[in-house]
Amino acid sequence: MQNEWLYIGLFLIVGVALPAASLIMAAIITPKKSNPIKNSTYECGMETVGDSWVQFKAQYYIFGLVFLIFDVETVFLFPWAVTLNKLPLFAVIEGIVFILILLAGFTYIWRKDALEWA
Amino acid sequence: MDWTLWLELVIKALVLIFALLGGFAYLTWYERRLLARFQSRLGPNRAGPFGLLQPIADAVKLIFKEELTPAKAYKLVFFLAPIMTLVPSVIIAAVIPWGPPFQLGDRIVTQSIADINVGVLFLMSIASIAVYGIVLAGWSSNNKYAMLGGLRSAAQMISYELTLGLAFVVAILLGNSMNLTDIVEAQRDGRWFVLVQPVGALILWIATLAEVNRHPFDMPEAEQELTAGYHTEYSGMKFALFFMAEYQKMIVVSAILATLFFGGYLGPWVDRWPLLGPVYMFLKIVILLFIMIWVRATWPRIRYDRLMAFGWKVLLPLALAVVMITAVGILLAEINPWMIWLIPIFSLIAGAFASLMIDRSLRRKAYA
Amino acid sequence: MSPELILFLVLSLVAIAAAIGMLISPNPVYSALFLVINFSTVAVFYLILGAPFIAMAQITIYAGAIMVLFLFVIMLLGAEKLAPGKVLPYQKPLAIGLAIVLMVESVYAVLARNPSDAEIIVPTEAANSIDAMRDLGIMLFSDYLLPFEVTSILLLVAMIGAIVLTKRAKGEQE
Repeated sequence: MQNEWLYIGLFLIVGVALPAASLIMAAIITPKKSNPIKNSTYECGMETVGDSWVQFKAQYYIFGLVFLIFDVETVFLFPWAVTLNKLPLFAVIEGIVFILILLAGFTYIWRKDALEWA
Repeated sequence: MDWTLWLELVIKALVLIFALLGGFAYLTWYERRLLARFQSRLGPNRAGPFGLLQPIADAVKLIFKEELTPAKAYKLVFFLAPIMTLVPSVIIAAVIPWGPPFQLGDRIVTQSIADINVGVLFLMSIASIAVYGIVLAGWSSNNKYAMLGGLRSAAQMISYELTLGLAFVVAILLGNSMNLTDIVEAQRDGRWFVLVQPVGALILWIATLAEVNRHPFDMPEAEQELTAGYHTEYSGMKFALFFMAEYQKMIVVSAILATLFFGGYLGPWVDRWPLLGPVYMFLKIVILLFIMIWVRATWPRIRYDRLMAFGWKVLLPLALAVVMITAVGILLAEINPWMIWLIPIFSLIAGAFASLMIDRSLRRKAYA
Repeated sequence: MSPELILFLVLSLVAIAAAIGMLISPNPVYSALFLVINFSTVAVFYLILGAPFIAMAQITIYAGAIMVLFLFVIMLLGAEKLAPGKVLPYQKPLAIGLAIVLMVESVYAVLARNPSDAEIIVPTEAANSIDAMRDLGIMLFSDYLLPFEVTSILLLVAMIGAIVLTKRAKGEQE
């Protein structure tokens, strides 16, 4: 285990403890005078109808899927970028081909109007 | 590990966390004062000189506010969501170098929590898990405004995250390292990466604005449509944590932008007095924050479908083009050093082409 | 016991608990969150093994992208409220049978390991240096160039497949 990662782990513990402590402190000192009206869902004064967990636009899902693919691509580009000037020319070109192949896919989904929000 | 190392770590962690907390408090003051200036008002000026005690008054007020939990909410997730939003905004700061290492007694103290070899990837991974707090806050509230705000915000953040990652790749290409200290050191002698790759810096800046949900991309909390978006149901300290997360993210992304493209802690005499490093970082962050607030005062919010179209159809292809231009330019620069200046030229051409495309599509739809 | 071993044991308990929580939690959103915890512990395992790049990629892609996609699907379909689906009649015996096969296989793999492989390579500080990152890049773009390019084709196919499938789903909806 590298020490530097241990530092991040300890920093993470401090970073979690701080908001947790402030929430616990707030829970102790704040007034507690709740009633059913106060605890009802806020909808600008209207009575809430039904749950909010209903079916949403499928578009969110398509964007999520395309995002996943490009996220993988971006992560692959990181080691390529670090080693760029140590790689043989062939490997550099391969990296660019990698981008171009995905750009082709990108053009495809663009032409299929999958990137339209409306 | 000896105890001095632990002591150093604890001191550094506390200093960083309290700097972020103080930064958050005074950033709210800075923003309100600046917005007031932009709108020919005075802004908060009653509490203390120039209203400097205003953040403290606000904090005391928020601590004593009653906290409400909607009866229909998922209580546990509702409680955890503010913490899950705040934590990434804090720990992302762990890898940012705030200054060059200095000698204290017989030991060398680095001015960052951790100096890791995959620093830039660390930034990217923490940015990618920052979505959870917001989407879960929206989901657990069982409120329609909150749910829509959370989903919108998640879709927006993942869309701009790709651009963010590609802008990081540009910085890695130029710095030839994933370690943030190496990237800063590669910008010595005024060779800030913003000069070599202005379009990359601009892309990173736009993507970070969208990542932290700032104007003009503050969709999740578009008041007119969604009241307060994902934190509609939150009050008291839990609301304060969301508020804190938003402002700490502003500070942290400004620090990242300064590190990757604006020379980080570098500045005159920083080698002789390493403690000047944090001062330079502070100045750069304040200037970048000023621009963020200026944008908020000037630009209207953009419509959601256009926001997604801008992210996917303009920024992402432009970022890919910029990555390729930078890679080719660096290889050409090995043959002839002046060829490095082909990078800004071609990137600016690509950027101008993108702007032209936006203009054309807006004219065609007769929105303009 | 070395600190690494203690950390590993504690984290593996967390990982197993999160996996069980994912399976038995009645709400799909909670299941997804348990899975995020599980992925994060796996990322820490990679760190213990001295592979920071893989660890960060694990968080970025699995915790950051795949789970967000899962959450989208759960939330968008309103799947929190779905009744449990029909259980296939042969599902339970098949699952138990496969689990036993897997158990036997893993026990065999552990016992039959070649003693010369037993020497576990302890990662050194070098794994944390930037040269290790460069070595990784050079390996990926020389020895493993073909798999890398195949990955891009795979991603392309995934992209096209996603569009083809969702387009049909969209047509049904309208």
